[in-house]
Amino acid sequence: MSFAQGFFYLFSIVTVGSAFMVISSRNPVHSVLFLILAFVNAAGLFLLMGAEFLAMILIVVYVGAVAVLFLFVVMMLDVDFAELRQGFLNYLPLGATLGLIFFIELAMVITIDVMDPKSIGGKAELAKTDPSISNTEALGRVLYTEHVYYFQISGLVLLVAMIGAIVLTLRHKAGVKRQNIADQVARTRDTAIEVKKVPFGQGV
Amino acid sequence: MSSATVTLAQFAPALPEILLAAGALALVLIGAFRGEKSFGLINTLAFLLLALVGVLIATQDAVTVSAFNGAFISDSFGRFMKIAVLIGSAVTLMISGDYLKATGSQQFEFPILVALSTLGMLLMISAGDLIALYLGLELSSLALYVVASFNRDSVKSTEAGLKYFVLGALSSGMLLYGASLVYGMTGSVSFSGIASVLKDGTSLGVIFGLVFILAGLAFKISAVPFHMWTPDVYEGAPTPVTAFFAAAPKIAAMALLVRVVEQAFPHITGQWQQIIVFIAIASMGLGAFAAIGQQNIKRLLAYSSIGHVGFALVGLSAGTAGGVEGVAIYMAIYLVTTLGTFGCVLAMRREGGYVEDIDDLAGLSKTHPIMAFILAMLMFSLAGIPPLAGFFAKWYVFVAAVEAKLYALAVIGVVTSVVGAYYCLRIVKIMYFDEAKAPFLPMSAAIRLVVGVSGVFVLAFWLYPAPLVTRAVAAAQSLF
Repeated sequence: MSFAQGFFYLFSIVTVGSAFMVISSRNPVHSVLFLILAFVNAAGLFLLMGAEFLAMILIVVYVGAVAVLFLFVVMMLDVDFAELRQGFLNYLPLGATLGLIFFIELAMVITIDVMDPKSIGGKAELAKTDPSISNTEALGRVLYTEHVYYFQISGLVLLVAMIGAIVLTLRHKAGVKRQNIADQVARTRDTAIEVKKVPFGQGV
Repeated sequence: MSSATVTLAQFAPALPEILLAAGALALVLIGAFRGEKSFGLINTLAFLLLALVGVLIATQDAVTVSAFNGAFISDSFGRFMKIAVLIGSAVTLMISGDYLKATGSQQFEFPILVALSTLGMLLMISAGDLIALYLGLELSSLALYVVASFNRDSVKSTEAGLKYFVLGALSSGMLLYGASLVYGMTGSVSFSGIASVLKDGTSLGVIFGLVFILAGLAFKISAVPFHMWTPDVYEGAPTPVTAFFAAAPKIAAMALLVRVVEQAFPHITGQWQQIIVFIAIASMGLGAFAAIGQQNIKRLLAYSSIGHVGFALVGLSAGTAGGVEGVAIYMAIYLVTTLGTFGCVLAMRREGGYVEDIDDLAGLSKTHPIMAFILAMLMFSLAGIPPLAGFFAKWYVFVAAVEAKLYALAVIGVVTSVVGAYYCLRIVKIMYFDEAKAPFLPMSAAIRLVVGVSGVFVLAFWLYPAPLVTRAVAAAQSLF
């Protein structure tokens, strides 16, 4: 077993193990921490494949922003997770059966198709990469040219998300003090400052 | 690397969509600057924008062209479905003003979200690969989740939006999983690339992925067994939004489903055919039986729409050009009938507000004879009674199924259609033979227009079906 293979199995096992802990730990804060562990290990897997840009993005965006946001939400919302799990045991037999069937089917797919390269022989070809340029540069070259269509639609999806969040949550309350830049800028020395002569020994 | 020389002419096939996107952004700006009182203006502008886009699409040349490296396909099938979607969205904007005013949610974002959602639907109808499919679907769905809970002070509306969002996200996840499996097994995301790989036989992994993609799309068209969200969301969402849900996204998702199975998986028809046949039978059956016991008219129409999706899928399961033609005709007629019916539901308004129970229609023939007559005709059309439009819709899909030797499917379809006639006739009975209740407030001019046009279409379709049928034939031919 080579060095890289050893790390592959290490990262994979920790990823699967911590993903399992995300859904099974009792304390929601622990769940989020295990989620972060899963992300970091997935980033390690990306590194092994030579996708260093994706690995760093995964750390920066998912660990740095998304998971930390989760952590805040979990800590600030008083959600009774024990109560949410009440029906869990009732649905367990059905869910476990479905999961088992699903797992067997997936195992069949993997053993037939992936383990036997002949069955997909020649169909799937990896995109050729130029070893002289970095991931970031390779992505940058196609993102705004070949894939500009997807890029722009993604932008519109984010715009819809923003409009939606504002529409559903913004409320105009009466009596809220707001900043009025124009008023603030229009103030002069005369309206803002009052000069008082303070006589000695008497105070204001 | 290829130095990309891009000319504007390359974007020409997507010109209507680009215009819609730019127009929606301009509307956001106008709304932001003019403040909260700009609902009327933005609504009118959005309506005109949709109409302009519709005209542009209708006048495109009748050829199949693609743009953006094959991610965007413009063909006759797409144009037919896009016009239908645009009609659904534009009519929604026409009839929504009064309702939003009465419920105090008349914000200018509503027409903008409808326009952006419509853009997503147009993009998904034109999708040429799996990434464009997913992005178009998400763009349209995300806006739909927001408009479902647009009446944010109502618990029901909020619940509808949340339910739709959670289940929609789940179905998107399934779709993505299937798409990644198909990509992994074929090495291509474009529909034509997938089809060319599958020409020399398939593998278990592809079928596995196909099942997931179909599950995700079946959710979007609310076909059984992925229909659970439909009654709750239709009941909870504001009525104009329900009309929108029943019309535009359903047609777009159906068009997408047709395109995926006919363009990406034409060589494994036997594999998806059995799935489509099953969900068609299940949808027709559940739609017919579950609608019988409903008291709320929006819930009833939700079950009715599940049933109608089942009938449209009968055409698709034939897997032939005739079948796709049947789907196109079915969806077009379903669109007009549904919009007319929801126009009538929006007219159910008394002094105390909007009412939604079927019993509130009692004695409508005495208080509003014209509305009662048109609603009765729409119900007969939904039930498929000749010579109304709904009969021809069912005729084309059943003929396609019989020609494809799916006799059992056609027979089950006819039987469930008879069962489904019961709930349609029950509404007619309540309107014509029950004790009259207090009359409704007079309809607005826009609703009167929508209901009137829909009634005329349903009644007069058999006199002159040629325009719709020839276009549907051309649309179906462009896929094969």
